[in-house]
Amino acid sequence: MTENKLPLRASLAASVSRTAAALSRATGRGDGSVIGGRLGMMIDPDLLAHLAAGRRIALVSGTNGKTTTTRFTAAAVGVLGEVATNSFGANMPTGHTSALARAGATPYAVLEVDEHYLAQVLRATTPLVVALLNLSRDQLDRAKEVAMMAQLWRVALADHPDVHVVANADDPMVVYAAAAHAAAGAGRVTWFSAGQRWREDAHVCPACGAHIERDEADEDAWRCATGDLVRPEPQWTVDESGVIDPDGVRHEVKLQLPGKVNVGNAATALAVAHRFGVSPADAAPRLAEVASVAGRYAQVDRDGRNIRLLLAKNPASWLEAFDMAEEQPTLLSINARDPDGFDTSWLFDVDFAPLRGRQVLITGDRAYDLAVRLEVNDVPFTHVKSFDEAVAAVPPGRLEVIANYTAFQDIRAELDRVV
Amino acid sequence: MSSALQIVWVYPDLLSTYGDRGNMLILAHRARMRGIPVDTVEVRSDQALPYGDIYLIGGGEDGPQALAAQRLAADRGLHRAVDRRAVVFAVCAGYQLLGTSFFAKGAKCDGLGLVDLHSDRGPTRAVGELAGDIDPALGLPMLTGFENHGGRTHLGPGVKPLAKVRAGIGNDGATEGVWSGTVIGTYSHGPALSRNPALADLLLRWATGEESLAAPDDTWPTRLRGERLGAAGLV
Repeated sequence: MTENKLPLRASLAASVSRTAAALSRATGRGDGSVIGGRLGMMIDPDLLAHLAAGRRIALVSGTNGKTTTTRFTAAAVGVLGEVATNSFGANMPTGHTSALARAGATPYAVLEVDEHYLAQVLRATTPLVVALLNLSRDQLDRAKEVAMMAQLWRVALADHPDVHVVANADDPMVVYAAAAHAAAGAGRVTWFSAGQRWREDAHVCPACGAHIERDEADEDAWRCATGDLVRPEPQWTVDESGVIDPDGVRHEVKLQLPGKVNVGNAATALAVAHRFGVSPADAAPRLAEVASVAGRYAQVDRDGRNIRLLLAKNPASWLEAFDMAEEQPTLLSINARDPDGFDTSWLFDVDFAPLRGRQVLITGDRAYDLAVRLEVNDVPFTHVKSFDEAVAAVPPGRLEVIANYTAFQDIRAELDRVV
Repeated sequence: MSSALQIVWVYPDLLSTYGDRGNMLILAHRARMRGIPVDTVEVRSDQALPYGDIYLIGGGEDGPQALAAQRLAADRGLHRAVDRRAVVFAVCAGYQLLGTSFFAKGAKCDGLGLVDLHSDRGPTRAVGELAGDIDPALGLPMLTGFENHGGRTHLGPGVKPLAKVRAGIGNDGATEGVWSGTVIGTYSHGPALSRNPALADLLLRWATGEESLAAPDDTWPTRLRGERLGAAGLV
């Protein structure tokens, strides 16, 4: 739908939303991705549905990797035409509303969706495709328990028989969420496999409570002991630097972003774009152009140090960050403010042993929790009171920074809100 | 039976939602600091509980909590451990299932009946910093932790609370946790022993029979305690 065909109230609401967002940015109060949507939805509660109408939409949800996968997917679908997207990680309905209002009329939209809001956004936007990445523990004091989240997704999909699902065959929780949808009709789910490092939330079958059995010979294989949930055969797979499509054709993805997890995110993006009619061969070069995502993976040179920013919010993403980080001096920063969750117990779910032998610095509001954790983990460290102190404490060269959400934003602010 | 101290982590496949591995790692670390050899054993819920000196039970979601109670009731290994005065340290969901009954998924479930207490649902979810004065008989400094539970726990006449609440809810807003023989239960995460090293050492002394343990360098746990007790408004 073009903007001038919006209902009058929606058109006014979209205009207010854009103005508020612009004011927010101009006054330096934020990037405007929440306030604009909030004001617009006060004027027209159905604004998201009105703005979504007429666009071909993909949603991307999961505990980890959704911002990067959304960016990759937007780049891939961009082969076809203009794509609206919430590229700043504002992944609740206010953020979606802002993103669509700001983009104006576009034929396509790719939206990152907080996993708790998937049902609501499915209803409002009637997407063509929804990508389900993974589910693991995150923000222990507030987030829905993992199995409950999988159940909510399953129920949400039951109300949308026409949506195509691109889902992770390696995560039993995701498979449970999508299994009924897959069983209800052939070709409704495309399965991908990208390997899964974190498995501590998938010991028990969400369907029946029996154990999930792993296979010694094939590290990705799994099945519920009673056999009622089995890893589906994936159509899209990855190797170290390539994505293999359902026809068995390998596409080299020369990503600037580090880590095998991002090859997996690329595979997901190519699978989603394929549903829009984009060939992986056309889309793959677009992914190589992505250098950073809302500050994640960004590299900044300061005082002779090349500082690289890695976001790690929960145990699963810490494991991935250790895989990406080079064996160089590393700064870890931990906060426990509202967006991070207040319970830091999860630090003991992360094995920091890969950092042994590197110069490790720690900072952040909850550096003492991290200090106790590292001591028990036999990882020597130095506590610094500020980011500047950390930069001064390391020799010229690479400094890897791994931080959780608000700690990451604090450091990004020190680096002039690098994107 | 080995000469090393046996620390048994009960059902990490079901009850390990709140960094519960940490309590095992901290006990092992603090034992090794004193030259005490340690074996740690992780026991899945489809395995029999082995002989141990210290049993750790963690927190978890309603479904796994109910399942863990059923399997422990059938296994009886924890009952035998309590009978021979092995040390048990249970947190949150693991604490509740030591009692006679608890609520999970809206239904009353049978507990293990190892300690005279029962748990039901409270009017609100208790989420936030938890602190309290530990029973003076245990000779420990103030308890600090982070709680996140919807239950309320009621102690029977034969057992004592671990602490009197100074901040947060704990059992019921007045008392927190339980102490009975060599069994301790608490709602504290953090994990609990990261913020309460003296409590970790008490469990080690009970398990080894040592009257005292060499004082280690507790610079970081001490700073952490100070910060968290400050956050709870108690310093």
